[in-house]
Amino acid sequence: MSEIENPGRRSLLKGLIGAPFIGAIWGGAIFKSRRDQSIREEILKELNIEVETPAPLGPVSGDPIRIGIIGYGIRGKQLAQALGFLPQADLKALKEAALANKNDRRYQDFISQENLNVRITGVCELFDVRAEEAIDAGTTDNNKPKRYRTYQEMVESKDIDAVIIATPDHLHAPMSIAAVKAGKHVYVEKCMTHNVAETYELYDVVKNSNIVFQVGHQHRQTQSYITAKDIIRKKVLGHVSLVQTTTNRNTDNGAWQYHIHEKASPETIDWEQFLGPAPKIPFNKEHFFRWRKWWAYGTGLSGDLLTHDFDSINCILNMGIPKYVTASGGIYTHRDGREVPDVFQVTMEYPDFSTGSSQEPGKEKGMTFLYSATLGNQYNRGTLLMGHDATMSLGATLEVHADRASTRYRDLMRQGIMDDDTPVFSYNPAQGVDAVTSATAKYFAQKGLLYTYRDGKRVDSAHLHLKEWLVCIRNGGKPSCGIEEGFEEAISAHMATLSYKTGKRVEWDHSQRKIVNLSEEEMI
Amino acid sequence: MKNMLSDRSYAAPMLALRLAIGWRFLFEALVKLYNPGWSAKGYLLSSEGWFSFFFHWLAGNETLLRAVDFLNTFGLLFVGLGLLLGLFYKAATITGLVLLSLYYLAHPPILSNSGIPAEGNYFLVDNVLILTVAMWALLKFRTNLTYGLDGYILSKKGERISQTA
Repeated sequence: MSEIENPGRRSLLKGLIGAPFIGAIWGGAIFKSRRDQSIREEILKELNIEVETPAPLGPVSGDPIRIGIIGYGIRGKQLAQALGFLPQADLKALKEAALANKNDRRYQDFISQENLNVRITGVCELFDVRAEEAIDAGTTDNNKPKRYRTYQEMVESKDIDAVIIATPDHLHAPMSIAAVKAGKHVYVEKCMTHNVAETYELYDVVKNSNIVFQVGHQHRQTQSYITAKDIIRKKVLGHVSLVQTTTNRNTDNGAWQYHIHEKASPETIDWEQFLGPAPKIPFNKEHFFRWRKWWAYGTGLSGDLLTHDFDSINCILNMGIPKYVTASGGIYTHRDGREVPDVFQVTMEYPDFSTGSSQEPGKEKGMTFLYSATLGNQYNRGTLLMGHDATMSLGATLEVHADRASTRYRDLMRQGIMDDDTPVFSYNPAQGVDAVTSATAKYFAQKGLLYTYRDGKRVDSAHLHLKEWLVCIRNGGKPSCGIEEGFEEAISAHMATLSYKTGKRVEWDHSQRKIVNLSEEEMI
Repeated sequence: MKNMLSDRSYAAPMLALRLAIGWRFLFEALVKLYNPGWSAKGYLLSSEGWFSFFFHWLAGNETLLRAVDFLNTFGLLFVGLGLLLGLFYKAATITGLVLLSLYYLAHPPILSNSGIPAEGNYFLVDNVLILTVAMWALLKFRTNLTYGLDGYILSKKGERISQTA
């Protein structure tokens, strides 16, 4: 038919020149969507992971719980903030920071934090400036905290129901023991104790009491860690033979080279009380503010940061105290007179431990927990749980990568449904961008130690951890990081420190419940 | 312009460009449409640059986010079909220009931008901006009048007018 005979038809054909493509595109899109959907369904069916939202904690109603804060340094202040108390000047600074940067949500997070129905009725802080700040933070319309000069005086007070201990490590056990004996509930920061002997003593005192005891491993409230437990329960990773945890920091602050306050002096600091059970030495500002650098007060990288990683894995795997621990390291990046190493590697052996196996019975058994730390580089090496079938990387977010040589996923790999480049499971409870201000804060945030999420809202995980403790005080129940978990955390960390100090592989006997290859002198 | 469009050596590449961009838009729309779990939230939240506050705001409000998801999917669909069929061509290309401009502003290729992984290196000009310029050219080169349903409808209208006259 010529154009002249039917110009209208020619025009319609030209007009529809793109129409055939539509069919192809539509078909392609349907094919892609169905394929993606079926791969997703097949993988999720195989993995069967439940993204668990923890059961809401119980009510906080009733009379306010009267809290005594022991230690209002960096961590003490953070914990008071997590409870809902900030000095006026800090509140103002947070507000101004939020106004200057819309991504800075710290002020909004703080003011929208749930009221935990507590009062800070007592403050025990050895540095006058900080004590004043703590009193300012705890002061409300109907309450003004009393300053106690000694922790002994505070724990004996009838105006205190519970204490939060955020002091140097060498004071954790003496204070906790005194508080428990006085019938006060205790929230104590990590490392729970300073040495092996007092770990047993504290354990016995708490076990023989009715108080609620919680160690400050707030990541137990982190949503991704709760989901990780389900991944282990469903044996998604297969037999985990190696767990890798790391500390990666490269700032003075991250290496505990904290600011020394200009008002620090023997007149403003109760030096004798600071020393406590530590060797008597003359007043030393640096020891007071940077106590983490000396064995007399701190527990080094083992007690300070390894404990977080150890407990985060222990809350997922429940592997307990290792059979053998070896550690090595040195002071390689901060040669400033410190005693504790700043590069530190620890291997913890669990010869009888297994997370389950997809292979023939008896082939797989045993696991190494590796902790590798440097305070001279902050490249994020992350946390990895490496199983025969899959690897889980874990922090504030969570990803699972199937292993190409997996037994469990062999068929799915062969069919191309799974591959080892794409995560088979990815979980980010935040799905958002957070403003995190300092390198050290970022380090903690990456590990899920700073924030977690509930119903899509960012929440300070320490707030939830404190709330769990308070709810147990009010309504009964067992907090997630009690004395059993604290005992495992402290003993494992001390084994690492002792291995570093003695150069020996330290052995734990589970039946005797003690370290068996070190002498009494070596244990100190 | 008329001379250029009546010349096949100009019309053919412009038509090819129109169909290629239409394909790109329609496929993107349909993949989103057939994936009920899809949302622009992650894309909006990862926005960087001068206007990121606006995109973060959109992502932060559930009602707005649902509206954005709907408008984006059906906007892409409208542009894709409009370009492929040469139908409602002016409205489709203008919608395309709006969408592309928003994509550009959400993730401007400034040197500090680190959000979306790119397959190349960009400074101010990226693929989105090139698509935007191409969309502008499509708006101006009205291939829909010769190779599109708009042209067919116009010719039919013309016939009716001449018949009634």
